[in-house]
Formats: sequence, structure tokens, C-alpha cells
Amino acid sequence: MSVDAKPLPQEGVRRRHGQLRDTRITLSHGGGGKAMRDLIDDVFVGGFDNALLASLDDQARIPLAELAAGGDRLAFTTDSYVVDPLFFPGADIGALAVNGTVNDLAVGGARPLFLSCSVILEEGLEVATLRRVVRSMKAAAAVAGVAVVTGDTKVVPRGSADKLFINTAGIGVIRAGLELDPGAVRAGDVILVNGLLGDHGAAVLNARGDLALESDIASDCQALSGLIDTLLEACPTVRCLRDATRGGVATVLNEFALACGLCLHIDEHALPIREEVKGLCEILGLDPLYLANEGKLVAVVPADGAETALAAMRSHPAGREAVRIGTVHATPQATVVMGTLFGGERIVDMLVGEQLPRIC
Amino acid sequence: MKYVDEFRDPDKARALLQAIEGLVADIEICRRRPLQIMEVCGGHTHSIFRYGLEALLPEAIEFVHGPGCPVCVLPMGRVDDSLVLAEHPGVIFTTFGDAMRVPGSKKSLLQAKAEGADVRMVYSPLDALGIAKANPGKEVVFFALGFETTMPSTAMTVLQAERERVANFSVFCNHITIIPTIKAILDSPELTLDGFLGPGHVSMVIGTAPYRFICRHYRKPLVVAGFEPLDILQSIWMLLRQLVEGRCEVENQYRRVVADAGNDPALRAVQEVFELREFFEWRGLGSIDHSGVRIRDAYAAFDAERRFSVPNLEIADPNSCQCGEVLKGMIKPRQCKVFGRACTPETPLGALMVSSEGACAAYYNYAGVQLGKVGGQRSEPARGRARDRS
Amino acid sequence: MCLGIPGQIIEISDAENLCGIVNVAGVKREINLHCVVDAEHPVATCLGVWVLIHVGFAMSRIDEAEAVRTLQLLTELGEMQQEFEAMQRSEK
Repeated sequence: MSVDAKPLPQEGVRRRHGQLRDTRITLSHGGGGKAMRDLIDDVFVGGFDNALLASLDDQARIPLAELAAGGDRLAFTTDSYVVDPLFFPGADIGALAVNGTVNDLAVGGARPLFLSCSVILEEGLEVATLRRVVRSMKAAAAVAGVAVVTGDTKVVPRGSADKLFINTAGIGVIRAGLELDPGAVRAGDVILVNGLLGDHGAAVLNARGDLALESDIASDCQALSGLIDTLLEACPTVRCLRDATRGGVATVLNEFALACGLCLHIDEHALPIREEVKGLCEILGLDPLYLANEGKLVAVVPADGAETALAAMRSHPAGREAVRIGTVHATPQATVVMGTLFGGERIVDMLVGEQLPRIC
Repeated sequence: MKYVDEFRDPDKARALLQAIEGLVADIEICRRRPLQIMEVCGGHTHSIFRYGLEALLPEAIEFVHGPGCPVCVLPMGRVDDSLVLAEHPGVIFTTFGDAMRVPGSKKSLLQAKAEGADVRMVYSPLDALGIAKANPGKEVVFFALGFETTMPSTAMTVLQAERERVANFSVFCNHITIIPTIKAILDSPELTLDGFLGPGHVSMVIGTAPYRFICRHYRKPLVVAGFEPLDILQSIWMLLRQLVEGRCEVENQYRRVVADAGNDPALRAVQEVFELREFFEWRGLGSIDHSGVRIRDAYAAFDAERRFSVPNLEIADPNSCQCGEVLKGMIKPRQCKVFGRACTPETPLGALMVSSEGACAAYYNYAGVQLGKVGGQRSEPARGRARDRS
Repeated sequence: MCLGIPGQIIEISDAENLCGIVNVAGVKREINLHCVVDAEHPVATCLGVWVLIHVGFAMSRIDEAEAVRTLQLLTELGEMQQEFEAMQRSEK
């Protein structure tokens, strides 16, 4: 059956309005029967509320012509989201699952369009929790201008998963002719970030509660697609972009340095870091450069475009606190060097594993 | 941050650095060889690398990175013992994050956790006690590590556990003392140290008097130093002034935190709960007399070593390691045979590569442009790591 | 070794067990005050005091006057250096 043959249902029109009355997820919600249908109808179709999903076919069908109008290549990405706790100041696993995938598309120069949403639920999960997560996904998708158009649900026995895992895949269309590539970085280029670093990692660490710390730090989780639109419009010569998620800004800079074989030289003075995040890092012996972000990107731009790029970023709500953090040098090769607050220099290397709190 | 940012002010550093350069010119030794200053404490090592201080100081000053990282010097046998405890059925094993990745002879706590052991990271021994109270059906063991700075917190937690009659809490005690270790280093015949930066946070507990023997018997000056970059530079300046003026004293740069008498409530708690061991094994340095403490008989109920049977095996350091020589300042990390090759932060062989405060790990991770400075001559800027890895 | 950071005691949360809340750059945590309380300094005097924190314990009261003295000395050293340089310049 082609899209042409079957007119799409009107927005908000559903084939059948199943209602989920249970308060907790049981194995029967993954069993393929009526319980599962009710869950999908009520929580997901109702929650995401769009026509492509509401048709409940095994796949979303998207006209190629519609995609081709936006650019010359398809961007396709996937990411899984596992976070403890599910809800934390500033965001939750749902917002993360949408924005994370949207950002992975956007930093490649793509306009994100469609997402999938596949959930793995632990038996016993409260339905209210799931509804809250889906509401949050819907809201994040609306802000980012994407639609969740296909999905899947599995339920695993208690103890086989931790409450709720989400996988989202996404597709977007890359602007014709645009080639973002860290290999294209040249000595003299300028390194920019769009705002305060480390908030997400610090917020989650804090919210986990086992360190008994209290603060007002909130996750920076946000879609970067609008900001990147604005940036590329103003400064089409941007060399490359990457969102600084796990491993933080330090990891992205190292990836760039390896790709271009040059020295990414940053200035510790210039790093925008919230006082509370600094405090948390001092207490736990962590380095904010390695803390995760969920709404921050590193951009490398040619020196003559730097001011324009910075002004464009600052004109967008997701880039108000954008700053220049460094420049690209020819040597030492394939290395990230930081000029310290104190006038010295040190290497900023990749981490071996996860950063652990320390007392020494 | 108050009491932090003021001590990271680069403008004040400039004057200090100039003054240091002036002093270096007046020191006779510097005409023959670089001055060797040992920073005893890993916290100082960390600051020196974090702020790139080596590059700022004159070439005539060399740091010898001392043994003051309690995680680094923990011998493999004790790590294996901790793993036996962690894998004991019914045990929740609590530890500072620092110890998670330290390799035992077969695995680390991180790997034991992956295999199913209930290993939890805590920020404070009191958090471990809290876990014990919340899990009365489990045995909660706290992996106590650290020098005199950390000892009082463990002692006070044991005292609180006794007061509150928490029956399922015990401590695997690996606390060590710094003074006998400094003495062991000073007794080493190959040594060419000219002075010490004393460990600031150990000193806030024990005070400054215990270091006097270093001046009296070994004729080496010592300045108790804080951990911010200005603290370290000022301490070096004070040390150089002693050398120029021909003095040899214990001085205290870190007066805002360290009282010369130390901290009485802390010392009393330590005295109450712990007693000296005859000897304790150190990774890289071997056995050192009276360098560790154990829990006194009166608190035996809280001693994990008595509560559970731990194998207490001695496991020799790998032959290829030259940690001992690095610790005594005889060689620089990069001159070690295995540095950056067999021994990396991913697969540490030696003590000093184990934790981020270890001299070798600091060289490997942070060492940069400034560390062209090996053996007193500045070479082409290079990374502190062996490039054959890439 | 021994990460320690300054924080300010903003609340006595449990006077009997000598516990208080410290604030470190906007991050708060309950810590044990045993090591900074003695006959001369009862727990009630801890409020507003800056302490050095290590693994959940206040290990030392930070002496404001000493901190000021250290910084003052460094400032003076800077001024001396400047004068010295000025002197050298005028001699040339």
C-alpha cells in the first residue's frame, strides 16, 4: 500500500481509542494482545498525537520528494537513553531521548525531521511515570520541530532492566552542499561553545542523591537544531560542529584534534562554567571539562567568521552565553592543550573511563 | 570561591616567580645542578600539573614527586584482600571512588562490581555507616584509605558506630602514616633532595612539630604548603629563602588552615581507635616500619580483618617497575623502562600510574609542552607520553 | 592526597551530634563538625564560620586573618618587585 493510495488520517483522528486503566506495567503489556494495544493507543499514540504514528502500521512512510526538497543527503542516527534517576532538575529521560537524537542530526548540518521511539519497560513501572516521560518527549519534539512517527514497546521481567530505557533513531536532511568535517579544521581557526559547560553531568550526579549534595544546578538539555540553523545561516563557512555529551567538551576537542591532526588550544579563563558546577567539581575532585552536556556544542569556525558566528549564536536563546574558548594551532600535533588560569600549559587528554569522585 | 580564587591569581604569581628567579641566582647548588624539591603529597603533584607550574618555574628547580598518594602506594595484596571482602556473600563494600580502578593481581573493584559484587562509592565514611543502618540484613564494609588527614574521619565513624550500636558495620583499615615514610626516603643513600614541601592537609591534623627531625637530623628544610598554585609558589619561595640564608627550619606557609599544634579532637579520635602496626607494605617502596595503623582491640568488632578472614597475601611488585627510583627522585617518570609502554593509566603496572595523583599518571595525562624539561635541559615540546601508543 | 576544600557553615542541623550544613559555591551538604568544636569553640559558634572540608568532616577552621596576611605579603612582594625593576631601569 503506498502513501498515495491511502489518504493519511486527519491529525488527532484515531482508529480506535484504547484506554489503559492499569497503574503499573505488567508482562501482559508486552504480550501482543489487547493490553499492549491499549498501552500503545493510550500512552503513545495519544501522547505523541500525530497522523503518521496514529496509522499504527509497522512502519512510517515518508514521501521522498518531501525529504529531497530540504537538501541533498539523508542523515540517519540512533541513540539509546539510560539515565538514573529518570527525572532530574531541568529535564528527564524523555526530553533527553528527543534532544539527544535531534542534536546528533543537527550537528551534522541536517534539519531533523522524524524520530522513532522504542521503549523497554521494566515490569512494575508506574504507568504515570511512563505518561510523564511521553509528555515530556512530545513537548521536546514540538520545540525541536520533529515528529515521533514510529515506535516499539517491550516489557521485560522485573530486574531485567532499570525502570525504563528508550532508544530513538532519527532522520534529517542535510542542506545541499554543506560539508561539516573536523578534518577541514585549519590552524588559526577559532573554537566556540554555545554556553555554560557541565550543567547536565553535575545535575544528574547531584540528583542521584548518593553523594548527599544539594544544589540548584539544572540540566542544560535542549535542542540545538534552531541554534545551528541560525549559525549556519550567518556563517556558512563553519568547519565542524559536535555536541559535547558524554566525556564533555574535552572529549569533543580531542576527537577534533585527532581528525585534523592539529593542536586545539583552549584558554581556561574563557571556559564558561557556573560557580555551583565548579563547587561540585572541587568537592568531588572532578574536572568540569569532562562533565556531560545535553545542549552544548563545540563549533570550529575560520577566524574571519568568528565574530559573525558568535553574534549569530548569541542572538538565539540556545546560545545566549556563547563564547570563544580557544584557537587552533599547528603544533603539538593532534593534541588538546589548555592555557591554565595561572599562565602555565597542560595537556587535556581523553579519559580512560568514567570520571569517578575522589578524595585524594 | 572564597579562599580558593584569591590563591589562583596569576598577577600575584608573577611577583613570586620573579622573586624565585632572583633567589635561584644566589643559591650555590644551582650552579652545579638543578635543585631537587620533593612535594610529599599527591595533592601538590596534582596542582603542579593542573596549573602547569613546572613550566613557569626556573629550570634550576626540579620537583621530585613524593609518595603521598595513598591509593598509589596500596600494595596489590591489600587490593586483593579488599576484593575478597567485596565478593563475600552478603557484603556491601563501600569505597572512595579513588580505589575503584586500582588493579589487584587479577582484577579491580570496578571489575568485581561488574561480576556482581555489591560495591558502592561513597563520599564519606559516614555515608558508609548510613548504608549499614539502612541495610541491617547486610554486612557493610568500608575500605578505609588515606594518610593522617583521612584517619580522623574513619576513627570518628567507628566511634559513632559504637555509640549507635551499629552491629553490621566494619572497616578494612589501610590507613598509613607519612612521617616514617619520609624518614625511609631520607635514609636512602642515593638521595639528593634539597628540601621538602610538607603535606598541608596531613599537617592540619598532626601539626608542624613532627617534621622537626627532618631539619635536625637530615639538615633539609621543609615548608608546610597549601594546595592552590600561589600556595605552592610561595612555599618554594620560602624554601629558597631558607637555602639562601643558610637556615634549615620547619616553616608553615598554610597558616590559614594549619595550626602548629594540629587538631586536638582529630588526634584524640585517632589515638582512641587506632594503634601503629609494626610495619606496613607500600607499593613501590616495600615494607616500612610503623608506617600503618590498625584498629585497637577495644574496637575489634569494627575491624573487617578480624570479622572476616582475609588472606593477607603478600604480592611482589612487578619486576619491571621503577616506582621506587621515581619516588626517591633518582629518575623521572619518563626514564622508567615501562612508562607509557607496558605501564599506562589504562593498564597500570606501577604504583605511580595507578591514580591521577600518582606522578607517572600526572606526567602521562597532563604532561605537556612544559615537560620538555627532563634532566635539566629543555627539549622540543612533546607530550609527556610515549608516542608509540598511537 | 587528601582533597580538602573551603566551605561556610550555614546551618547547625544537629547540635547534639555536631552536624552542620556547609555551602561550597552554592552546593550544600551535611558534614560532621566534631574536629572544629571544643571547649573554647562550642557548636553554637560555628555558624558562618569557614572550614576546610575533607570526606564529609570539617577538619579545620580557616583563619581569615592568616589568609589576609598571606595575600598581603604577596601584594607587598609584588610592589617590592616593581620598585626593584623601576630602580634597575633608572640605573641603566
